[in-house]
Amino acid sequence: MHPAASVILFNTFSGLGFGLLFWLGMGALVPTGTSAFIWFAIAYVLAVGGLIASTFHLGHPERAIKAFSQWKTSWLSREGICAVFALVMMAVYGAGLVFAGTQLALLGIIGGIASLGVVFTTSMIYAQMKTVPRWRHWTTPAMYLLLSIGGGALLSGQVRIAAVLFIASGILQIFAWASGDTRFKSSGTNMETATGLGHIGKVRAFEPPHTGTNYLMREFIHQVGRKHADQLRIITIGLAFVLPVVLLLLPFSHTLAALAVLSHIAGVLTLRWLFFAQAEHVVGLYYGKR
Amino acid sequence: MTQLPPPSAKKLGLVIDLDTCVGCHACVVSCKGWNTENYGAPLSDQDAYGANPSGTFLNRVHSYEVQPDQGEAQLIHFPKSCLHCEDAPCVTVCPTGASYKRAEDGIVLVNESDCIGCGLCAWACPYGARELDAKEGVMKKCTLCVDRIYNENLPEEDRQPACVRTCPAGARHFGDLGDENSDVSKLVAERGGFDLMPEQGTKPVNKYLPPRPKDEMPEFDILAPYLEPIASDGKGFVGWLDKALSSLPGGAK
Repeated sequence: MHPAASVILFNTFSGLGFGLLFWLGMGALVPTGTSAFIWFAIAYVLAVGGLIASTFHLGHPERAIKAFSQWKTSWLSREGICAVFALVMMAVYGAGLVFAGTQLALLGIIGGIASLGVVFTTSMIYAQMKTVPRWRHWTTPAMYLLLSIGGGALLSGQVRIAAVLFIASGILQIFAWASGDTRFKSSGTNMETATGLGHIGKVRAFEPPHTGTNYLMREFIHQVGRKHADQLRIITIGLAFVLPVVLLLLPFSHTLAALAVLSHIAGVLTLRWLFFAQAEHVVGLYYGKR
Repeated sequence: MTQLPPPSAKKLGLVIDLDTCVGCHACVVSCKGWNTENYGAPLSDQDAYGANPSGTFLNRVHSYEVQPDQGEAQLIHFPKSCLHCEDAPCVTVCPTGASYKRAEDGIVLVNESDCIGCGLCAWACPYGARELDAKEGVMKKCTLCVDRIYNENLPEEDRQPACVRTCPAGARHFGDLGDENSDVSKLVAERGGFDLMPEQGTKPVNKYLPPRPKDEMPEFDILAPYLEPIASDGKGFVGWLDKALSSLPGGAK
């Protein structure tokens, strides 16, 4: 799959933002006044900034309002509704803390759970794709949720919880990669089923339908990045999880914490890039490519 | 609504004969022509006369080489467009309701004024039947020439998809695959028509007819065995020549 920058930025920063909103809503930290304003501003800049970035890959972003209509079947529609609901709930909860100094605890819990709902619905957009066997697995939503809660814990300064969640995320990510590597093959879709010509013999793409490229090949067939996948996986685990955990375990200082955040963000950006670049769409089979 | 309608009795679709297709791409050209000038946004090209041409097509012809365990390889031309699936995954993922399947005849269409160009339907389609037009920013796909097949302004023989009408080899057939007694259904039954990627569970309406087995080459020249240029048994004049030339310095062994 084509790793579109807008979608990678959205997944990374909105995940962090909604993770922070989750912890704020759950009352893991209950700031008031100006300090509350700063906390919520950080969360909203990340969450909303990511959402705005995600509209850059749309052909007609001005029609985005129509995307709230098909929640019965579409995970993207559910994501949009969930995002608006979570942001409104948390805005009211945040306003209570900032302006009145009161904690509307129930509202916070509803908003916090809805924030995770956004992350879950996002992950299901990918996990539902039968055409991308690597994504169609429980590890996809599990990884999205763990990353969001872990990143949120880091941003909200819950050092011990963040460290535990990062270790869990690292282990789950390694499992997700290892199990994902064989899933295309075991999905049962191959050139023989794609063309229906398997009963004659081995199928080989002889000539593509065109001399140039096309939308399908740009969007779904991405081979260059996979060349360095192994190194990128090591970089991901190192930056997203190992280095932040080490930095968090050292005696606390704001510089080390800031470094941990930067390292985690860089690692998650790499992780997300790999999430797309390594995912193979079955349509590549028609081109004899993966 | 992007909820799929209950299965329609009428299932309009194509039957593509892989035995007959000669790979001339006439269907590709006629499809692009008709659908650029008629229903919906035109099918744009980018850098059409430059170094890196690219464009939107609703129908493309691949060519595959199939190598049986024994015998010669077969070259098979393989036209591919939307299969108008019964369980169309491209429809249910659409967040706006732009992508829909018609309850009356099963044709899968895009309402272009509702399409936000998110591309998810193209992700969900295993066949690569949908392409996002780079100029218009909306999803394009085969309409089964919905603006031809019911068009009473056209002479009756033209009321079929442009690709079917134009195919010089008669490799494309259009009809109601929901009706067991239709010509296309009979053709599918007779020739063992099959689905593409049945394991994806999309239940395509379009069917493909398999290529017939390749003919055996008849032995038409009784002298041919005597004129074999390679002496496989090492005897006779050619065998002697082979050995003699091999023994020269630098001769091929």
